Amino acid sequence: MSFLSIRNLSVRLKNGPPLLRRVSLDVAAGEVRGLVGESGAGKSMIGKAVLGILPPSVQITEGEILLDGTDLLRLSPRESRRRIGASCALIPQDPLTALNPSHRIGPQITNRLVDILGWTRAAADARAIDLLAEVQISDPARVLRSYPHELSGGMRQRILIASAFAAEPKLIVADEPTTALDVTVQKQILRLIAGMQARHGTALLFVTHDLGVVSKVCQKLSVLYSGLVLEDSTVTDFFTAPRHAYSAALLAATPKYTDPDAGLQPVPDAVIGAVRAEVDSFDRKAAHG
Amino acid sequence: MADLYTVTDLHLTLADMTAKPLFGPAPRIEILKGLTFTIPKGAVVGIVGGSGSGKSTLGRALVRLLEPSGGAIHFAGTDITHLPDFALRPLRRRFQMIFQDPMSSLNPRHRVGTIIAEPLRLHGLDAIPERITRALDHVGLPQQFASRYPHELSGGQRQRVGIARAIALEPDFILADEIVSGLDVSSQAQVLNLLERLVADLGLTLAFISHDLSVIRRLCQRTIVLHQGRIVEDCPTSDLFANPQAAYTRELLEAIPLPDPAQVWG
Repeated sequence: MSFLSIRNLSVRLKNGPPLLRRVSLDVAAGEVRGLVGESGAGKSMIGKAVLGILPPSVQITEGEILLDGTDLLRLSPRESRRRIGASCALIPQDPLTALNPSHRIGPQITNRLVDILGWTRAAADARAIDLLAEVQISDPARVLRSYPHELSGGMRQRILIASAFAAEPKLIVADEPTTALDVTVQKQILRLIAGMQARHGTALLFVTHDLGVVSKVCQKLSVLYSGLVLEDSTVTDFFTAPRHAYSAALLAATPKYTDPDAGLQPVPDAVIGAVRAEVDSFDRKAAHG
Repeated sequence: MADLYTVTDLHLTLADMTAKPLFGPAPRIEILKGLTFTIPKGAVVGIVGGSGSGKSTLGRALVRLLEPSGGAIHFAGTDITHLPDFALRPLRRRFQMIFQDPMSSLNPRHRVGTIIAEPLRLHGLDAIPERITRALDHVGLPQQFASRYPHELSGGQRQRVGIARAIALEPDFILADEIVSGLDVSSQAQVLNLLERLVADLGLTLAFISHDLSVIRRLCQRTIVLHQGRIVEDCPTSDLFANPQAAYTRELLEAIPLPDPAQVWG
């Protein structure tokens, strides 16, 4: 039984074009699913829909978001926020803008635990120290007293990871968590996320455009184009035998240092044309009921 | 082959604003700690390193957006290390830069044509419309794009405008600082293939700053690896990958996640 199950989710810009086209996917406890696609494919939109943080300019037109079997879209906004807040968390992309520059790190991790989840201040502080130690920050007490600008990018991303795991969420949405980091730091952070996720048995929805990263941290993945899921595979199947021509083209565009002659082939126009036709035919069918 | 750039014992210090006291000067921090290398004419050189390794600072010193604090930079036989602005201006046309983020390096209020024309006007060139036409042609953008605004373009198209602006001046040298790191794989492939073709067609010399060794391997014949302001490796790209000498280079290579679940990524 999947902890998160999205069924036929459609989202459109108010009075505008569709952004997600009947997206369905599952993430089980302890599982990592990658969402891949180019910019504008709707990867982040799925994460935002799950967390109930869609911008006001878009609306959900159909579908279900089942969190532990309950459809969030049928609940009152208040009740759905309560459930999401109690069981989900986000690891955001940019560790600089996600932390408030004028507050110390400590309260930014603990305030949510105290104010919303009703922990005591002492318990929250102790938890913050444990978490920072778990994300391999060597001097947690000092870091909790620091301001974001005093810390490096990798350090800030560790703090956001610690913060995401703070209330033992069942589901974490990681939205391109390592794009702002350089490769050696990226490796540390990805191993940290994967390790924490495995230890805590968290379901993880991992948004990325980097197929290399997908092959390292995910077990399953959904390939998106224009809000349409083109392929839903296990990582092993995807990398050995991609089912969709677009998936194969994405793989061919990804450079590999081990193979200087491969990679860097732009997605062929024929493939783009075929995928656009698929999107159009989906829209025609949807228009006819 | 003559060397276009000769860099000797290059040092560069910048003010460390994070450690600046409320009153009084900020302490100086040494970013580049004595770099020596050459860039031959027509070469495509990759410059890699982690964040804070000094690769962008080195790039900015090469095009003299920053003034070195020690050592020397010779460009085409001229010592440009401490040249004042007025003396640099005629030379600037010969070394151009393409920036990482096309959204912030293209003026959002100007049309593409105006953006490409601006440096041409500053350098007092004639036949500007023809030069714009030619530049757009070179980067594979339709002529009508000259009347569009940057926000109407995709990321890959914007980056092409950045390239068009640089090559419109017909420079000898182009510095590309992480120009594909914000792009999707498909646009990344298009922009890199374009750059490869332009280097061959226009006889450009290119320094390509990147943190992505897979991209470097595909594009550059030679690679300089920077670590903490020092060159730890400078060799033909194929040697670098076949037999990395420096411990840091090996670490960098091993950290790259290949799109292959079988890769041991311990």
